[in-house]
Amino acid sequence: MVAKLTRAERQFALILLGLMALCGLVMAAGANDDLFALHGGLILAVAVGLSFLVISGLDAPEPPPERLAEYYDAPSRVAIVLTMGWALFGLAVGDWVAWMLAYPHLTVDAAWASFGRIRPMHTTGVIFGFGGNALIATSFHVVQRTCRTRLAGQFSPWFVLLGYNLFCLLAVSGYPLGITQSKEYAEPEWYVDLWLCVVWVTYLVLYLRTLAQRREPHIYVANWYYLAFIVVVAMLHIVNNIAMPVAWNHSRAYSAFAGVQDAMTQWWYGHNAVAFFLTAGFLGMMYYYLPVRAQRPIFSYRMSIISFWGITFMYMWAGSHHLHYTALPHWVQTLGMTFSLVLLVPSWGSAANALLTLNGAWHRVRDDATLRFMMVAAIFYGLTTFEGSFMAIRAVNSLSHYTDWTIGHVHAGALGWVAFISFGALYSLTPALWGRQRMHSAWAVEAHFWLALAGTLIYVFSMWNSGVIQGLMWRTYDSGGTLAYSFIDTVVAMHPYYIARAVGGALFLAGAGIGAWNVWMTIRSPDTVSQPAGGDRPLTILAGE
Amino acid sequence: MPETGHALTLLFAKGFGLFYLLALSVGTLIYAFWPGSGKRFDHAAKSVLRGEDQP
Repeated sequence: MVAKLTRAERQFALILLGLMALCGLVMAAGANDDLFALHGGLILAVAVGLSFLVISGLDAPEPPPERLAEYYDAPSRVAIVLTMGWALFGLAVGDWVAWMLAYPHLTVDAAWASFGRIRPMHTTGVIFGFGGNALIATSFHVVQRTCRTRLAGQFSPWFVLLGYNLFCLLAVSGYPLGITQSKEYAEPEWYVDLWLCVVWVTYLVLYLRTLAQRREPHIYVANWYYLAFIVVVAMLHIVNNIAMPVAWNHSRAYSAFAGVQDAMTQWWYGHNAVAFFLTAGFLGMMYYYLPVRAQRPIFSYRMSIISFWGITFMYMWAGSHHLHYTALPHWVQTLGMTFSLVLLVPSWGSAANALLTLNGAWHRVRDDATLRFMMVAAIFYGLTTFEGSFMAIRAVNSLSHYTDWTIGHVHAGALGWVAFISFGALYSLTPALWGRQRMHSAWAVEAHFWLALAGTLIYVFSMWNSGVIQGLMWRTYDSGGTLAYSFIDTVVAMHPYYIARAVGGALFLAGAGIGAWNVWMTIRSPDTVSQPAGGDRPLTILAGE
Repeated sequence: MPETGHALTLLFAKGFGLFYLLALSVGTLIYAFWPGSGKRFDHAAKSVLRGEDQP
């Protein structure tokens, strides 16, 4: 990876890493609290480690100038490996949390192992670690192929990828120590947030510059979704994390918002994180890899555009459905509920578009587990968005909210949609980027598919059962007008479903383990196929410029 | 004066918010169904299939 950079770029990398090491040193030495010092030390260690990597390649020969006429896939390759690593970590921690809920003594009486600290390690690991790296890997690949041009930077893709993973590492290492600002899916503290801000703006500039250099007149719709993901996540991240640190050398900060404004800002962020991190980006993935894998153009390009604008502008208003029956003004709750219902139209537009694209290629779906991953993803996308709109109705929410139904809903989306489309895309991308004809083992892709599907179904059905039972028990009154069940009665009733959920999670984790092995073996296996001349290159070469 | 703030926000959301989203929907539909755009969209939809990611 260092050998692909010019000498000047390697020196620039060393200067940046030197600044980063200095920053870590100042944080560690001047810290006002031990946690801040620990994070300073971690930043210092990462900077020193990366410096060794750069120094070891500092005297490598200059890369040939012809490389600029080729696609720049090295960052995507590293991102794929990181994606699988984070998948294993995030899913393993998630299953640990699941067993802990069934058998609470698994907290081993240690503060760091309590549910409140382990659970965000799971959510950050899977959403930002696994999902984020999958989005970076595929967005770099898709933007180059659809624009028929090379990434508009040599160093910045590495800065984005490694900087983003440093963010994930700081976040996940902070939780067991107790560093959190207690905002769901936005737990990292102010200094980690500032760092992500720098990384994200670099990502946006890189993406926009690559789009500007495109050699196709029209920007393919997948890029619209990826760009919406990048732009809106920047917006959400900055606004929701406005905070005042206790001191420059202290890990704690206080939010600029308070009370119901804080709640509304948080759920405007939280729901749009689902919309733009977990939906828009992955729709971008679907709109590229599904047609390519099925070898059929998307069923209706017009519908993909209408769905895009529908999702982009209506999701913004749906967040308040997380705050039904709270101090939030009633009309704001109704607004969120209404927009959530209307959202079904563009959501089903995309789900139907994907399935109708496959209509006529069902033999491929039957034979090709990779395409089957994408088909199941489209089904779960349709299912989950319907369920989401339904649960946003205030009366339904009165039963579902605060119960495991929400957990079931989220995992139908996260496992069935996000993870399935990601694995489908990765199984398409990995052989292509390493010049292999296919994945190392087709049998392993099948095994992964069925384990993941079984795991998802067990997980979702157990949480649906558990959630509805829980919700009904909470609202059952006896003839005297008092609640029929105590809280602990509901906990006992949920126990069998918690075990089932943990088993489902274990199956899903086992599938991902097979997937990681398969990706690794594909990378290691020697079967290289020569690319057809002029096939996989930016358009300059084809045009003979 | 928090009461005025709330009333103004309400007016903005129910007035401007409604019309801007209606205008946006109409604009999107016009863009998507503009008679001349069909060929461009067909080209775009097929453009991704030239690639190398064949099974």
